[in-house]
Order: sequence, then C-alpha cells, then structure tokens
Amino acid sequence: MKPFTYEKASSPAQAATAVARERGAKFIAGGTNLLDLMKIEVEAPPHLVDINGLGLDAIAPTDEGGLRVGALVRNTDLAADARIRRDYGLLTRALVAGASGQLRNKATTAGNLLQRTRCPYFYDTHQACNKRLPGSGCAALGGFSRSHAIVGVSNACIAVHPSDMAVAMRALDAAVETVKPDGTTRRIPIADFYKLPGSTPHVENVLAAAELITAVTLPKPVGGTHVYHKVRDRASYAFALVSVAAVLQPDGSGRVALGGVAPMPWRVEAAEANLPKGAKAVTSSLLAGARTTPQNAMKVALVERTLGAVIADAGA
Amino acid sequence: MDITDQLNISRRGFLKLTAVSATVAATPPLVARAAVPDVARAPVTQQVAMEVNGKPATLSLDTRTTLLDALREHMHLTGTKKGCDHGQCGACTVLVDGRRINSCLTLAVMHEGSKVTTIEGLGTPDALHPLQAAFIKHDGYQCGYCTPGQICSAVGVLDEIRRDVPSHVTADIGAKATFSTAELRERMSGNICRCGAYSNIVEAITEVQEGRA
Ligand SMILES: Cc1cc2nc3c(=O)[nH]c(=O)nc-3n(C[C@H](O)[C@H](O)[C@H](O)COP(=O)(O)OP(=O)(O)OC[C@H]3O[C@@H](n4cnc5c(N)ncnc54)[C@H](O)[C@@H]3O)c2cc1C
Ligand code: SF4
Ligand code: FES
Ligand code: FES
Repeated sequence: MKPFTYEKASSPAQAATAVARERGAKFIAGGTNLLDLMKIEVEAPPHLVDINGLGLDAIAPTDEGGLRVGALVRNTDLAADARIRRDYGLLTRALVAGASGQLRNKATTAGNLLQRTRCPYFYDTHQACNKRLPGSGCAALGGFSRSHAIVGVSNACIAVHPSDMAVAMRALDAAVETVKPDGTTRRIPIADFYKLPGSTPHVENVLAAAELITAVTLPKPVGGTHVYHKVRDRASYAFALVSVAAVLQPDGSGRVALGGVAPMPWRVEAAEANLPKGAKAVTSSLLAGARTTPQNAMKVALVERTLGAVIADAGA
Repeated sequence: MDITDQLNISRRGFLKLTAVSATVAATPPLVARAAVPDVARAPVTQQVAMEVNGKPATLSLDTRTTLLDALREHMHLTGTKKGCDHGQCGACTVLVDGRRINSCLTLAVMHEGSKVTTIEGLGTPDALHPLQAAFIKHDGYQCGYCTPGQICSAVGVLDEIRRDVPSHVTADIGAKATFSTAELRERMSGNICRCGAYSNIVEAITEVQEGRA
C-alpha cells in the first residue's frame, strides 16, 4: 500500500471539498473495495476522507411515497429494513445474495454502487488493462474471459460490473443524489448513472471529481412479485456468473434487469414488452448485439434459462 | 510503478493482443492518464484510541495499518488470524461495536472510539465462551487456524438472527428470521475452513443456539 494522509470529514459538503483539494484523493466508506485495491496498488490515493459518522445512514420516507436510503446505510441494514422487505423485496434479495455477512456489515449503499470490476487482469498489475492503466491494452480479450461481459462491451474492455445491489436498483428505477464541492446537488436516475466503456473504460459513471453520493432514492413501490436469481460457481460468497432481477405483475407485464453480463446493470425497457411471450423473446431483445468470446458465449443460454426459471417461479 | 514498468506491461499487452491494437493505439500516451502521479510519499503516523476487549488502547500507527495488523502486530492479540488479507476467507473476523466484520478490510485509524472484541475477549481458558466450549466438544476444527474467525462470526450470526436480519436462504423475507441448519450454513459462508470441519462447526453452533432457545 502507498502511504496516504487520512482525515475524518465533518459534513458531506466538507468531505467533497476535502477530496477536491488534493488530486487523486478519495472518499472511504466501508473500505471493503477500496482497501482491497489499495493493498495491491491498483488504487493509490494520497489522501483519504472518511465519510462515516456524517449522519448519512438513515432510511427515510420521501414526499413522493418512496424511500431515501442514505449513502452510508450498510448493506445488512438496508436488506433487513422492514419497509424494504415489504415493498422492495428485490433489493433485499439482491443484497443478501452478495458477498458475506461480515462484508455486508461494512459495505455501504454508495460504496456498493461504485465498487470496481472483479476482472482478474484489472487486479493483476503485471497484466495489460485499459481500465487500470488507460492505453495499456486488455489482457482479458486474449485471456480467460468466462466471467466477462457479453453486451455493452468495447474493444478496449469487456469487464463486468460486479454489484448485485445495483441490478435491483436499476429494476426499481432508483436515483442517485449527490453533492459537489461547490455545494450544488443533483439527482441522477440510475439509468443514466453508469457509462459504457467505449474507448475510456476507466470512466465508469457520470460523477464529477470529488462529487459525493449522499443518498439513493427509491420511487413509490410498484407491487408485483420480486425475484432475484443469481447463478454462480458456488452457492454462496461468490460473484454472479449471471443474475436476473425481476418485478413481475399479475397481468404478465414486468421489469427485468441483468447482472453479470455487462459493464453496468443491464436493462432494456423495450425488451420488457415481450414478457408475455416468454424468456426467449425477452432474452433476444435484451441481449441484441451481444459480443461474446468462446469462453463466455454460454452466458446467452444461461440468461434465457435463468429468466425462464424466474418467470416460472413468479407464476407458481 | 515507474514508466519502464508501464511500458513493459503495455508491450506485453500489445504482443498478446494484436487483434485489438487498433483501439489500443488510438488512445493517448500512457503517463498522461495515470490516475495519480507516482511521486514517492512518506509514511504518515496518526493516533487512534479504541477499546479492545474491554480495555482502552491508544496507538500511534501508520495510517495504512489495518485493524487486523493493529490487533496482531501492535497489541499482540494474535488470536485473530490473517488468511487472505482480502476479505475472502473470514479468518480475521472480529466484533466491532457488536457486529462481525473482516478486520483485514478496515483501517485502524477509522476506529476511533470503537469497541472491538476479539477471540481473546470472548472467553479465557478458565472461563470459556459457550461457543469456544462447544467447538472443543464437537471438534469444530482440525488445524484451528480459521477457528477464532469462525467463533467470532458465529457470535455475530446468532445475534443477526435475533435481530431479524434475513439471509439468502430465508424463504419468506417478510417473516421473522429463524435459525436452521440451512440458515447457519449460508450465514457462515464468509468463513472458509480449509480443513473442512464444517459439519462439526454447524453442530457446535447449533448446540449453543438450542441451549439458549
Ligand atoms: C470477497 C468479496 C466478495 C464479494 N462478493 C460480492 C458479491 O457477491 N456481490 C456484490 O455485489 N459485491 C460483492 N463484494 C463487493 C462488496 O459489495 C463491495 O466491496 C462493497 O459494497 C463496497 O462498499 P464499501 O462501502 O465498502 O465501499 P468502499 O470500499 O469504501 O468504496 C468503494 C468506492 O466508492 C467510493 N465511495 C464510497 N462511498 C462514496 C460516496 N458516498 N460518494 C462517492 N464515492 C464514494 C470510494 O471512494 C471508492 O472508490 C464482495 C467483496 C469481497 C471482498
Ligand atoms: S476487461 Fe477491462 S478490466 Fe479486464 S483487463 Fe480488459 S480492460 Fe482491464
Ligand atoms: S484475512 Fe480477512 S478475510 Fe481473509
Ligand atoms: S480448522 Fe483448519 S482451516 Fe479450519
């Protein structure tokens, strides 16, 4: 790990100002992703601003009938909240499908959204990786790519966004609230939050430098049956190979978002019109234009079968 | 990493990946877009005060010190183990303000005022914690390396079930969380045991839970 200076922020706005003051400075929340990457020097911030203890850990109702989830609410507490379990069951399901009990006790809502890819070449500083070192190449393209993305990819990067929670947030139409160092705030729909890699895979979202996430809002509950189905190499404590988040209504309509297949939680609203026609029809429009490698081509069939199982489960 | 290292990497990358070199070549020079200029930085020392196993502790630490290293190397509480140092094994599990966490993925300086409990704080050889006694009775280990983490994690698990935290195998997340073998196995999945003592670990924790029920 590279040396760094450390300060505890005194308010959200002060935290943003403090990160803006020093080039490369970063916020630290749960630390479960940032410290992991700092240990192997994939991240090397010269200054850390601790945003714990700023009162950003409440879940409160919004005027619109939804909920505002503070950026620092721990994954365990979000999953266990009675209102989330009742009205946004998909979110609880996605959260408890991720990481381990110990990690969820530390991991925060904002940190989870911003966690970096688990592409093994991103972690291995001896390998070419455009995301870690822009312009160095992408070792995954000629390497082991079984876990990599099949849609939204570019010639520069085929990494997957690893979050389970973000997939549920995308299906639930959540929005990200932020504050910038100059004190201005904004609200970003999650559909516009992440960026595809294109030729700049190191740019993963629309946040400006030193922009602090203060909360994630959930709109009014939409009802329906909530299902999160995660397919992985072991039954627990493993990242998704493919995951399907769905909210299905009694009339056959619904929403579907995918994890494990793209550089961002993957949802194509137009594909949802095909839900009454079944998993095959939805999958072909969800994954239209897929670019697979010989090792990850099986994800197409895996999505279709997992979605089929989800639809069957919801109907049962 | 210095520039020669960076060039070596990119060279290997280019050789391996001629197929995609068009995109790669189109991107600007390497150094221009490195996240942070790699100037040598001096270590930084900071004070932190916390309570460990009921006793106050004030330490002067390099900011890079994890809670795990602070416990083991600075307070000589070597019961807590380092397995992977990356959140992947659970050997470093301790209780902070009553909740189980991986002490390898948190900085000591972030724990000003925290109450930390390690395996040494749960019980002593003369007055074992019920879980420590049950692990001995049921042979819940072979080499014992994962055991402190398993026991601290189990304390956390039983508390999480009491506090109604749902899990991945909870059939009805609208209902109150309950104890079962399936729940226990899922909730303990963050603790790897390379000796494979899992079934005895489950028996040990189950006995303690039933004793309380
Ligand atoms: C072994 C292991 C297994 C895992 N398995 C899974 C899994 O199966 N599914 C899954 O989804 N996740 C998994 N995770 C990842 C885990 O969910 C993340 O590490 C965690 O959610 C990150 O949250 P954090 O608060 O610890 O983030 P931090 O590490 O504190 O921060 C992450 C990044 O976000 C930035 N940041 C944090 N908060 C803010 C804010 N408020 N505003 C702006 N920037 C901010 C930080 O600067 C940093 O760059 C796993 C992790 C490990 C170690
Ligand atoms: S897929 Fe993306 S993260 Fe992985 S090596 Fe290629 S550029 Fe890096
Ligand atoms: S040493 Fe912390 S999880 Fe392995
Ligand atoms: S007893 Fe040896 S690793 Fe668990």
